[in-house]
Amino acid sequence: MEAMLAIAVGVLTACGVFLILRARTFPVLLGLTLLSYAVNLFLFASGRLQVGAPPLIRAGAAYADPLPQALVLTAIVIGFGMTAYLAILALRSLAESGGDHVDAVSTEDARQ
Amino acid sequence: MNTHAPILPILIPFAAALLQMLADRLACQRIVGLLATALLILVTTWLTLLADDGLLRIYALGDWPAPFGIVLVVDRLAAAMTLLTALLGFVALLYASAGFDERGRHFHPIFQLQLVGLTGAFLTGDLFNLFVFFEVMLLASYTLLAHGGGLARTRAGISYVVLNLIGSALFLIALGLLYGTLGTLNLADLAHRLTLPGHDPALARLAFALLIAVFALKAGLLPLSLWLPHTYSAAGAPVAALFAIMTKVGIIAILRVQAIALTPAIPDLLDHWLTALAIATVVFAALGVLTASRLRVLAAWLVLLSAGTLLLTPAQANAQVAAAALFYLVHSTLAGAAFFLLAGVIAERRGEAADHFRAGPPPATWLQVAFLILAATTAGLPPFSGFLGKLMLLTTLRAVPAGTAIWSVLLASGFIVMIALARDGCLMIWKPATLAAPPPTGVIAWQRATATLLLVAAGPLLAIAAHPLAAYAERTASQLQTPGAYVAGVLGASMATSLREAAR
Repeated sequence: MEAMLAIAVGVLTACGVFLILRARTFPVLLGLTLLSYAVNLFLFASGRLQVGAPPLIRAGAAYADPLPQALVLTAIVIGFGMTAYLAILALRSLAESGGDHVDAVSTEDARQ
Repeated sequence: MNTHAPILPILIPFAAALLQMLADRLACQRIVGLLATALLILVTTWLTLLADDGLLRIYALGDWPAPFGIVLVVDRLAAAMTLLTALLGFVALLYASAGFDERGRHFHPIFQLQLVGLTGAFLTGDLFNLFVFFEVMLLASYTLLAHGGGLARTRAGISYVVLNLIGSALFLIALGLLYGTLGTLNLADLAHRLTLPGHDPALARLAFALLIAVFALKAGLLPLSLWLPHTYSAAGAPVAALFAIMTKVGIIAILRVQAIALTPAIPDLLDHWLTALAIATVVFAALGVLTASRLRVLAAWLVLLSAGTLLLTPAQANAQVAAAALFYLVHSTLAGAAFFLLAGVIAERRGEAADHFRAGPPPATWLQVAFLILAATTAGLPPFSGFLGKLMLLTTLRAVPAGTAIWSVLLASGFIVMIALARDGCLMIWKPATLAAPPPTGVIAWQRATATLLLVAAGPLLAIAAHPLAAYAERTASQLQTPGAYVAGVLGASMATSLREAAR
């Protein structure tokens, strides 16, 4: 399970970084989303992986570390808000410059 | 009252933001904002005086003791930095209340939330909580940056937001590594566990290196500072003035993590590379100062220059250097913010010449004098605070290993700044020309004039009050450089509480 999770985190990060390096706002947005998925999985794994253990402490039962789950929840909320804001900003840039280039140069400028 | 004092600098702007969201009228929002920020100045002044007894004031949120819950820690550094934030916030808000806040919606609540993020980031003693306050601060700054609209701001906003989102992802990876390796995110507990055996030192080292890299992104260390000049110069004047303290959040975070966690356990993490990169930042910023074609761009480069100068200090791990750096930090924050406000006021009456360094209608006499004082302060000429700050830095940095390189770079950059300011000032003030379109007439709003003059006056005032301020900075630095006291203070208080609870 560790290997699978590690591969998933690695692939998500690689795809995320690749997309972030694109010059259009929409791929960059998708890349950031993928990167935040990778980070959330990574945070989740920092409490060690366990199967069938709820994050609740009960007498005699196995339990998972609840703290990383709380961290992931916070990170998801913050990441979601940030991504939503970036989406709006990208739309505004599209409206103002007439293009979706990350440097907000209009499409004609980019061609020249 | 005393027991709840540490959380007041966070609660006051937060309550103000909530009130402002309820009262949607601009006049109400302005009054609430200014009153709340004035109250914040009073409370943080009181906190700063209170913290001067050298004790740590620990505020356990939800009364959960330290390694388990989140704590706020007030020491001299945290209290003084919240006071600086409050002062800067009040002045920037005063400037913004003269019309800038009408250019978009929700300026006032977001401004207060930015203050929440800033004060929280200075006060918290928990790294995940630091992440949350960083995000509060950043989210507010994204919106404030875009306030007023325009393509330049949108363009700067996109790269700023994307870069900081990547920074947040790195921050979370560092936190995950730290928690996975050391099993805690409380700074004092981290420092404590780093000294114990039973963890993977290579992973801990990697985690702290990532953490420092994220702070360096916020502080504007060279390979990560290319975003700073165009972002800061695109922001509106009062917003940019408030942003002058945001690079300092990164520097204070580096200073704190280095002093508390790294010095006892991994003292060689910052060696060599941080000082070398900081020197490169200073050189880069000095060259940028020469290329600036308008006052607000120049101000942004000066902010970067002061950030580079301050980043020379954490790697020295020396209380005297840290004390000089703290004095210089206060001076450079206020002077940088003053430049942004002055650029706004000067641009107002120069028509299309705005704050560009070219011939145009000369600014009013009081603005010329203000520019002269501010330029002398920034260039480090006596008798103002820039001179004293630089003198303290140079005196204390003489003995450190890279002293010669630091000396030559600091002196050369000071000289370049002086030349650039003299040239740009002459172009702007002594080259009158008539424009095709006559510049707008009328008086500058009193709020803007007062705010600008207050910040410009900080240079002479800091020089007059230099002795008590430098003494406070020295006490702050010596408190910061005794990490054992911090760890014992944070963990000891909670252990005593938990023992008392157990006995009950």
